[in-house]
Amino acid sequence: MKAFKYVSPTTVEQAIDFHGQHSETARYIGGGTDVIVKVKEGWSEPDYLISLKKIEEMSELHKNDATQELSIGAMVTHATLEKSLMIRNEYPIIYDAVSNIGSLQVRNVGTIGGNLINAVPSADGAIPLIALDGMALLHGPDGERSVEVKDLFVAPYKTILKPREILKKITLPPLAPHTGSAYIKFGRRAAMELPLIGVGVLLTLEDDLATCAKARICLGVAAPVPMRAFDAEKLLAGKKINEEILIEAGKIAADESKVRDSIRGKAWHRKEMIRVQVRRMGLKCLEIIKDKN
Amino acid sequence: MTTNISFSLNGDEISYDVKDHWTLLHLLREKMGLIGTKEGCGNGECGACTVIVDKLAINSCLYLAVEVDGKTIETIEGLASTEGSLHPLQQSFVDNGGIQCGFCTPGMIMSSKALLDENPDADREEIKHALAGNICRCTGYIQIFESVEAVKGMGGQNE
Repeated sequence: MKAFKYVSPTTVEQAIDFHGQHSETARYIGGGTDVIVKVKEGWSEPDYLISLKKIEEMSELHKNDATQELSIGAMVTHATLEKSLMIRNEYPIIYDAVSNIGSLQVRNVGTIGGNLINAVPSADGAIPLIALDGMALLHGPDGERSVEVKDLFVAPYKTILKPREILKKITLPPLAPHTGSAYIKFGRRAAMELPLIGVGVLLTLEDDLATCAKARICLGVAAPVPMRAFDAEKLLAGKKINEEILIEAGKIAADESKVRDSIRGKAWHRKEMIRVQVRRMGLKCLEIIKDKN
Repeated sequence: MTTNISFSLNGDEISYDVKDHWTLLHLLREKMGLIGTKEGCGNGECGACTVIVDKLAINSCLYLAVEVDGKTIETIEGLASTEGSLHPLQQSFVDNGGIQCGFCTPGMIMSSKALLDENPDADREEIKHALAGNICRCTGYIQIFESVEAVKGMGGQNE
């Protein structure tokens, strides 16, 4: 592997300053499960790796008791999320997604922020955060800015982050009562594989436990970047949710998707699976809501 | 480009001058002569290089040596007792046919140890989930799962 100098600042400001001093040849590194591969393969040739591991606030996973807002530091590992009972109970869609990213060895080191920043079309980590209306807090030389997670992605492997900018954390608004959420990474095998299709559904019901107050249908590998199936969501909003309408939503979501043929699978197969999985994930949401009541 | 780090390796306190770009695997195999840990793909796909860092199974081929400063590392060399008797997991892999060519075995055993240290009663599904990042091209995995199940409840400890 090409030689580089490794630095590990303890604050975001220090990291940005250091990057500024070596802007052409420096790159940030989180868990490293992607960056090290890139450096080993020669796709990236930094002279300086600026580690974000020692920046404590970036590794915090915290639910604010007063606001009920969940804050996930960008350096929180997939395994930390997977093992958190709070995540498992209250945000099952996150658990579903992170528990099948890479392998346990990768999840023990790889971070949720790194998964977002990589911006692969499959981004398992992004789908649940988009469904949960997550906001990403970015910190750059000119200070902080906040963007919706769904707007982070520009193209495959490309985000809106400016040079030197750091994704600091993701915040999720409080969960409405009667909310269920689920994600499926659908593919040939779960581990060490990118999905053929990723489908995340979130449903919030009114107090009658039948009418849809909010629907989110998010798809991975269905377009160059993670996408929301807005038309399918619109169909569900305000309606009584049952299997029939979820079948309809699946069809619409499949039509909205911009799937294509790739080495992992054909477009028609992907469409079929979106159709099937939107229904299944929707039913799973209803099941979760029912179990909580 | 050189950093002095201190860490615990299989119970020994180590101080070492490492190059910033060395992986932990490089340090262990090429510099310290601990060749029990294997290099398979070198890209975090196969799990042959699995070691335990602060109780977590990790791919040492993707972990920078400089990052183990202050941490506790366990490798396959640390499992057998100093008198030479095998760790229960090692013995179980021998007894249950969990080894064929042996290349994946150190990684398999370290992943299994991390699992059982944390969850001594892991069931088959949990074992599969924990070992999903360790590829074996010989056994078909069944004997490996059986090897791990045979030591369940023993906590993966030496006693």
